[in-house]
Amino acid sequence: MKKKTKSALLWRRIWAAKYLYLMFLPVFLYYVFFRYAPMLGLSIAFKDYNAFLGFDKSPWVGFKYFKQFFHSIYLWRLVRNTLLINLYDLLFNFPAAIILALLLNEVQQKRFKKVTRTITYMPYFISSVVLASMVVQFLSPSSGLINNVIASLGGERQYFMTQPESFRTIYTLMNLWKNIGWNSIIFLAAISGINGELYEACTVDGGGYLRRMWHITLPGISGTVVVLLIMRLGHVMDAGYETILLLQNNANMETSDVIGTYVYRRGLKGGEYSYTTAVGMFQSVIGFAMVIFSNWLSRTYSENSLW
Amino acid sequence: MTIQAVSKPRHRIRESLSRRIFLKLNVVILLFLCFLMLYPVVYVIAASFSEETAILRGDVAFLPVGFHTKAYSKVFNYPQLWTSYRNTVVYTLLGTAVNLLLTVCGAWALSQKKMPGRRFLTLMCTFTMFFSGGMIPTFLVVKELKLLNTVWAMILPGAVSTYNMILMRTFFLAIPTSLVEAAELDGCTDFGILFRIVLPLSLASLMTIGMFYAVGHWNSYFSAVIYLSKAEMYPLQIVLRQVVLMNEIVENATSTENNMAEGIKYATIVVAMLPMLCMYPFIQRYFVKGVMVGSVKE
Repeated sequence: MKKKTKSALLWRRIWAAKYLYLMFLPVFLYYVFFRYAPMLGLSIAFKDYNAFLGFDKSPWVGFKYFKQFFHSIYLWRLVRNTLLINLYDLLFNFPAAIILALLLNEVQQKRFKKVTRTITYMPYFISSVVLASMVVQFLSPSSGLINNVIASLGGERQYFMTQPESFRTIYTLMNLWKNIGWNSIIFLAAISGINGELYEACTVDGGGYLRRMWHITLPGISGTVVVLLIMRLGHVMDAGYETILLLQNNANMETSDVIGTYVYRRGLKGGEYSYTTAVGMFQSVIGFAMVIFSNWLSRTYSENSLW
Repeated sequence: MTIQAVSKPRHRIRESLSRRIFLKLNVVILLFLCFLMLYPVVYVIAASFSEETAILRGDVAFLPVGFHTKAYSKVFNYPQLWTSYRNTVVYTLLGTAVNLLLTVCGAWALSQKKMPGRRFLTLMCTFTMFFSGGMIPTFLVVKELKLLNTVWAMILPGAVSTYNMILMRTFFLAIPTSLVEAAELDGCTDFGILFRIVLPLSLASLMTIGMFYAVGHWNSYFSAVIYLSKAEMYPLQIVLRQVVLMNEIVENATSTENNMAEGIKYATIVVAMLPMLCMYPFIQRYFVKGVMVGSVKE
């Protein structure tokens, strides 16, 4: 009896929210079709996908494609390139944004601060094609800005885009230019959220600005830093392949080939759907494991976590 | 000494020498940074108006050398440019409209406590931020749905950004429930509440999220690479890629055959980034607001 009224109550609540469900329906369908259906589609990583047979009828092959990838000579190169590009980004670009936020925070004139901020995050809105175009143009050996400067200083013109050893530096610097301002916004917001009385107390106690920065500002934004690092670690297996693809050529492949570009080349262009789905799945699973792991890590050692 | 002794104006006078040096240095560093941010854009614009020989010799620094607009007339005579411009405008407008409609509806439903299953649905959405099917399965789904080479391939696969929807939901959660309840008592349905009461109150946030979506559409090239194979459907970014990047290899081989090659490339870059640069000063504050809202609460 009691159970019955409970379920009746639930139905009544559901009925009362019918328009909300109706409102959510398109979004629900979107997630089903474009987010969850592809997840089901991961099953083709275990099958010999054949366009005529379709998702269901393609024959089952188990871990064949995973084995193929693990034995592939590309495995090490792809994982190394992907991880190194992320490592460079984490080592240089992440702290750079924090440093920019700290510098901006010290600016006294409001107007100058505002103009600087506006200018530094402008590059974030430049499209990856324009960005890559500018990089290629500036580094062009015959007429590029950078090579012109090198030549006028008496140096040798360099074929930067075809040197494998230059690619990571180019890519990291490009991202630094693009993202530093934008990434600093969130740290600036965190800094402005710090209680001003703490600074005053520190000043009264005789702490200089370096001390204030070290003992108040940095601990004050550590929560934000940890959350962003967790988010970042979840993406450690995907490098920005859309932009990398634009900068890639046969000569710099040794350092520029990442999992994303490999999946695009072998999968979409080469038609090896099952194999590249397995490669992509390898990437997604590791990425997901990294999020769980870093979240667990930060929950254990600090109070900050995503969930 | 009273409290006023610690307050700002007096305090600034007592600042130490090292502090003052630091502040001056800081301004210099930031000015240099601004220069680094602006210079590539300035150079591209200057080069697009310059003589080819001046670009090749490296004479262009800040201002055009041998000012002319021939590169632009070449670019504007390229018929595919106009088609692609129109395509990009269509994808951006239609795409942003779909994005906003879905995001707002989804965010509002997820923010309403009276909807049973709300937690599960939120989880269903946020899970996709951390795990996805990846490029190939998504492509195959789009293909199976017969969306390849249609406008919808440019719009539907990215119709909702989970991050933006959660952002909007956070914003909606701050709307006083009394407002919603009052409207309900007056016989307003959920649609009425959302579209007649809540949205007019949230125009600023709507602008922010709309801008994010619009910039995303304007700048995107990869979905066109994957989903479109008809040249007449290509967006602007693809044409830019063809003109500047695909040409690069040829250009390395035959150097200065075409005596306008560089100028045309720079002019195309300018044409592709100009709308964004012109609008940027007016819309940038909305973006910053968006990041701030996101940083307050997950």
